[in-house]
Amino acid sequence: MEMRGVNFQFTDKVILEGVNFAVRDQEVLVIMGLSGGGKSTLLSILMGLLKPNAGAVLFKNEDLTKLSRPKLNEARTHMGMVYQNAALISSMTVRENVRLPLEELSDKTNKEIATIIDQKLELVGLKDARDKLPSELSGGMQKRVGLARALAMEPELVLFDEPTAGLDPINTETIDDLIIQLREKQEVTSIIVTHEMESAFAVATRMAFLYEGKIILEGTPDEFRHSAIPIVSKFLSSYSNHDRAKE
Amino acid sequence: MIAKLGAATLSLLQEISSVVWMGRETASEIGDRIAAKRAPFRLEDFFYQCNRVGVGSVPMVILLSVFVGLTMALLTGYQLRIFGLVTLVPPVVSVSFTREMGPLFTGIVLASRIGAAYTAELGAMTAGGEVDAIEGMGIGALRYLVTPRILAILCLTPCLTIIAVISGILGAAFISSLMLQISFGFFYDQVMTYLLVKDLMSGIVKSFLFGGIIGIIACYKGLSVRGGAVGVGKATTSSVVTAITVVIVSDSFCNIFIITFFP
Repeated sequence: MEMRGVNFQFTDKVILEGVNFAVRDQEVLVIMGLSGGGKSTLLSILMGLLKPNAGAVLFKNEDLTKLSRPKLNEARTHMGMVYQNAALISSMTVRENVRLPLEELSDKTNKEIATIIDQKLELVGLKDARDKLPSELSGGMQKRVGLARALAMEPELVLFDEPTAGLDPINTETIDDLIIQLREKQEVTSIIVTHEMESAFAVATRMAFLYEGKIILEGTPDEFRHSAIPIVSKFLSSYSNHDRAKE
Repeated sequence: MIAKLGAATLSLLQEISSVVWMGRETASEIGDRIAAKRAPFRLEDFFYQCNRVGVGSVPMVILLSVFVGLTMALLTGYQLRIFGLVTLVPPVVSVSFTREMGPLFTGIVLASRIGAAYTAELGAMTAGGEVDAIEGMGIGALRYLVTPRILAILCLTPCLTIIAVISGILGAAFISSLMLQISFGFFYDQVMTYLLVKDLMSGIVKSFLFGGIIGIIACYKGLSVRGGAVGVGKATTSSVVTAITVVIVSDSFCNIFIITFFP
């Protein structure tokens, strides 16, 4: 997955300006930045939900911004997205939510679909909750169901929008472990947008910082920690101070 | 004043073009799906929506139609009695119910009952990010969400209109025998003599149109919700008001068209 010179603006407000980055196979790229800085917009562009004003989004050697709808839909089956608010279909049970993409987009039999649902729910530790509605689950559980749904089609790339925001430390650790497990055992590539510094450093193989619509830093977690860019070091120290204050 | 009028016209044209865009995209998504040799929508969803639109609306349609038919017959009868023409009540009521009241009242019932439900449901899904999630999976949100809903209301509105017409005429026949001294047998003969196939066809064609209008407006308003719970509330109100207004206006145009070209 690669973004080349992507510009995006809502009426007069420039959200992204010449964004360039690439994520290699089995990498976990964490994108950080200030609130309202365009991180979620960036994920929507990667999914093809928003069309950039300029630039290209390359996935499997094809520019998503130029694909016809059927081809874009086909490309989306190779990606999964875990939304900030989980975005589960509220009228469907956990099982039906995970079944939805399989039933609509694959040629699998009911038996095969049932097996996949069980596997994915077991992976996120929610096999027992399969007949519950999303409203009966906690925020952390909803996000895990969202992850199970995103993994149902065995995607090569998973996008995470604030996967651990608002979760307690135990749930945060569970989600972080799942992301690491996906990379190590299932060879899944991930792009994560987050504010949670601890999670970011726990899962990232590479990190990027989005500021004023541009990627101003891209590197390893170590390079990130020792960055001399003022806004990045201020961002990191604010979180460290915040953590110390909490202690 | 002129600026306000211009802005309102522009806004109306934008809304119309968005509705047309939604219709075109939905049709195109269905086409893509058929080309990929897949079912364009889930039959299960279609039948669920049919049950909701049809079976769920029957009691209200019957109740409303019986009382409107009854009132219409009573008031028409009392006016015609002055001229000694009370025997015209059966043809007047049956023709006007078949051509006008049946489709129109069914449309109003469906706009307020089903249109509001469609908008609220799709609006909540839009506000909660569920529609984006469906689109992001590559399922095609318009095809998946809009098609079964519009097809259900399109198929069921004519059926409900027929039920409304029968109920209205029965209500009229009941009150006519009770207060206007018109027997059921005479009422039935008069209806059979004066009610023509073209009256029935006119009502059915209009009901198809009303069903389509209500479904499209309700789905469009739901999918274009902005601003959470408040936005859903506003969209639902707007959906019902717009659908009823458009149904009444298009009813008038239909009547002019039918009377001009099929006198």
